[in-house]
Amino acid sequence: MPSPRYWREVPSRLRLEAARCSGCGKVNYPPRPICPGCRGKESEPVTLSKTATIITSTVIHIAPDDFLFEAPYAIAIVETPEGARFMAQVVECDPSSVGPGMDVSLEFRLIRKEARSGILCYGFKAVPTASWEAQS
Amino acid sequence: MAGIIGYGAFIPRKRITAEEIARQWGKDPETIRKGLLLEEKSVPGIDEDTITISVEAGADAITRAGIDPSKIGALYIGSESHPYAVKPSGTIVIDALGIGPEVHVADFEFACKAGSEAMFVSLGLVESGRVEYAMGIGADTSQGAPDDALEFSASAGGAAFIFGKENLLVDVLETYSFTSDTPDFWRREGEFYPRHGGRFTGEPAYFKHVLSATRAILDKTGLKPSDFRFAVFHMPNGKFPQQAGKKLGFTQEQMETGWIVPTMGNTYSGSSPTGLAAILDVAEPDDLILMTSFGSGAGSDSFVFKATELLPGRQPLGRTVRSMLDGPKHYVTYGQYAKLRDKIIVNE
Ligand SMILES: [Zn+2]
Repeated sequence: MPSPRYWREVPSRLRLEAARCSGCGKVNYPPRPICPGCRGKESEPVTLSKTATIITSTVIHIAPDDFLFEAPYAIAIVETPEGARFMAQVVECDPSSVGPGMDVSLEFRLIRKEARSGILCYGFKAVPTASWEAQS
Repeated sequence: MAGIIGYGAFIPRKRITAEEIARQWGKDPETIRKGLLLEEKSVPGIDEDTITISVEAGADAITRAGIDPSKIGALYIGSESHPYAVKPSGTIVIDALGIGPEVHVADFEFACKAGSEAMFVSLGLVESGRVEYAMGIGADTSQGAPDDALEFSASAGGAAFIFGKENLLVDVLETYSFTSDTPDFWRREGEFYPRHGGRFTGEPAYFKHVLSATRAILDKTGLKPSDFRFAVFHMPNGKFPQQAGKKLGFTQEQMETGWIVPTMGNTYSGSSPTGLAAILDVAEPDDLILMTSFGSGAGSDSFVFKATELLPGRQPLGRTVRSMLDGPKHYVTYGQYAKLRDKIIVNE
């Protein structure tokens, strides 16, 4: 991901800013100029909750170079209460325990480093809520 | 009067025990546990740093304050582990928290005192009327060199405090700072691990500054140790703050709540601020609280706080320090720890 793209995506990546379509009510994350649901162009800003439910997930064993130290790790498509869906890494748990229906909270984390001297890219990762509450 | 209108803290979930580190280097774990009063310490994940800790702590501070974050006019982060050498941690933290762009931002550094420094400056700007709200953060993911005494204590965590003039949760009654040129601990530019002056870190450094600052603020306010319900001193290990407190006339009962070092470790700039957050989690209206930080180099900042009747209602709105210390922990081995802390070299 080149730096200019990361910078353009700061509102959605760092603040979970999304857009609710005025035509069909679909929450698009990240916001888009034209709603993929109804082709509408009007929308209102909405900030996503920092909670979500896992829709589907998988475990990465052979990781790309940037994530070498993190393998094996789980990634999932999560859905927030607003209905927005996106991909997030699931951390602070045994990756094999991650599955559909699991409630997660979204925590601010370092997503990746652009090589040794590049910029640091931040965003949200998912942390299972149950494992956190069960033990506390 | 100005004071704290919101606060929050964050401690990573990973832990390593003193025993695991001692075993690695053939040291006696009992010497560490009994000598330094350290059981375990927090370890940042590979994806946790001063910026992520500041954002998590800052978000809870905003929730407890119940204010519009865009009204925060200044944000200062004190840390000795800012992820960038050039580019302030605060620039990312304000954007993540919905603060700015109309905001003054700076990163502070003063070994373990940078957090209280950020709080001190935030308070002053609010008192002067220059800004309506200011956030001061102390956070660190500090490193001790392998097989160094600091490896048992250097940990990760931090706390954030929003200062304002109305709807105070905690009133700031007085501040006092004490600073001198004392080379007890340092890290030169470009070096990975800090160095320290061994025994020199005790008497002329930690104790001289902590005791002088605390005695002076008691003098300035006319208060005596028995007037306080809580006291927290910088926690480089378990033993120093206990010794300092006792020399000053504070009891174990007054120090217990803020003395979180045995299971958290030394979070450097986040140390006494996180101890203060643990106190604010349980303090009741009219409780007097003393905090004295210490940063090598060296200096101490002392604060006298008084809880207001608004505090109890805001305590449950964020994560408590105790819930993060006693909550789910993931213990790592020394090998995993070395990997997480970049102590293993890999090809790019
Ligand atoms: Zn639509």
